[in-house]
Amino acid sequence: MTILEFTAIVAIVSFVAGLLGSLTGLGGGVVLVPLLTALFHVDIRYAIGASLVSVIATSSGAASSYVKEGFSNIRIGMFLEIATTFGALLGAFLATRIPTSALAVIFGAVLLYSAFVSRQPRPQALRNLPPDPLATRLRLNGSFPDEGGARSYNVQRVPAGFSLMFGAGALSGMLGIGSGAVKVLAMDQAMGIPFKVSTTTSNFMIGVTAAASAGVYLSRGYVDPGLAMPVMLGVLAGSLLGSRILVKAETKSLRLVFAGVILVLGLQMLYKGFWGKI
Amino acid sequence: MPATPATASKRHPFQPQPWRDRRIEIILGNLLRTGVLLSAAVVLCGAFIYLSRHTHEPTNYRVFRGEPSEFRTIAGVIQSVIDGRGRGLIQLGLLLLIATPIARVVFSIVGFAIERDRMYVAFTLIVLAVLLYSLVGSGLGM
Repeated sequence: MTILEFTAIVAIVSFVAGLLGSLTGLGGGVVLVPLLTALFHVDIRYAIGASLVSVIATSSGAASSYVKEGFSNIRIGMFLEIATTFGALLGAFLATRIPTSALAVIFGAVLLYSAFVSRQPRPQALRNLPPDPLATRLRLNGSFPDEGGARSYNVQRVPAGFSLMFGAGALSGMLGIGSGAVKVLAMDQAMGIPFKVSTTTSNFMIGVTAAASAGVYLSRGYVDPGLAMPVMLGVLAGSLLGSRILVKAETKSLRLVFAGVILVLGLQMLYKGFWGKI
Repeated sequence: MPATPATASKRHPFQPQPWRDRRIEIILGNLLRTGVLLSAAVVLCGAFIYLSRHTHEPTNYRVFRGEPSEFRTIAGVIQSVIDGRGRGLIQLGLLLLIATPIARVVFSIVGFAIERDRMYVAFTLIVLAVLLYSLVGSGLGM
């Protein structure tokens, strides 16, 4: 394949991944690495470097439209970023030391888990929970616009959420993804944050988390300009278009299809990892 | 914003002021979008130069070799931009992209300082320290 053909095809695939990731809310980054390794036989380390860069682009590109909705909580975001950035740094250092077959196995497991989470109904935040003393001291409680005026919420189980976010950061740094599935576990399940708030806040955090490991990847030579260019531009264009048409689109069947794709890619990554074909 | 700062602070004495938070968030959101669009433009310029020079060469990403030092350090990237290389320009765009969320963190420190929220100024400084360590400590700055 010549460089021009390769760039064009990778850009189109990345555009579709970004569009579907944004429409379904599952993120485009999670399918990019397995697609690049399976379809284009790219070494997983180059694929992770390119994917990580595209994760920063989509997070930052979508931030301004999320902010206008008025749901995100910058204190929750900044507090949990302490956990995710330390985790991302650890993840990036681990990624440069463990064998690629182990990376593929971990990646496969995360894909299967993401497909599973996407089929579960999102946990409904319980209303009128008593304020948690630690969350109150950290000023994490807030309110957001809902039908019938502002709705306030009280954040729960801060230590559990903080620890899980460290894990989410480590996976993000190790695999070059946004690890949205783990964040749902930490913010919705453990901390009881309403999902409108947790989705927008975690999007806000993803860029900072990815930036913490991007420096490590760039300096280790994992970020190839010829590969990162079509991936970043394609995913960014796809996700920006996706966030424009998101409001009106019927996403239920789309989510099912995308979850199926994630499942297949996860099984394929596990197979490759266990049989050392990567 | 349906809740005015006055009523919100009456009900929850420890709650941050939503109106001020929101204004900071809007500024930060616009900062992020500007940074991303700027870096995408630089990457696109680099892409045109790179593709016009290497159109028909074969690709090979099967074997991991690691990038040469000119694409791995800030000084190397700047030198290759000065030499007029397309891939150097792409890497410069990617460096701008990485810098965008870091700029957001710096602006958040200012925002929290205006609100006199010392605890969150400290939290944000920790996050900034981790980000700077990852850039400098990893050897990117050399």
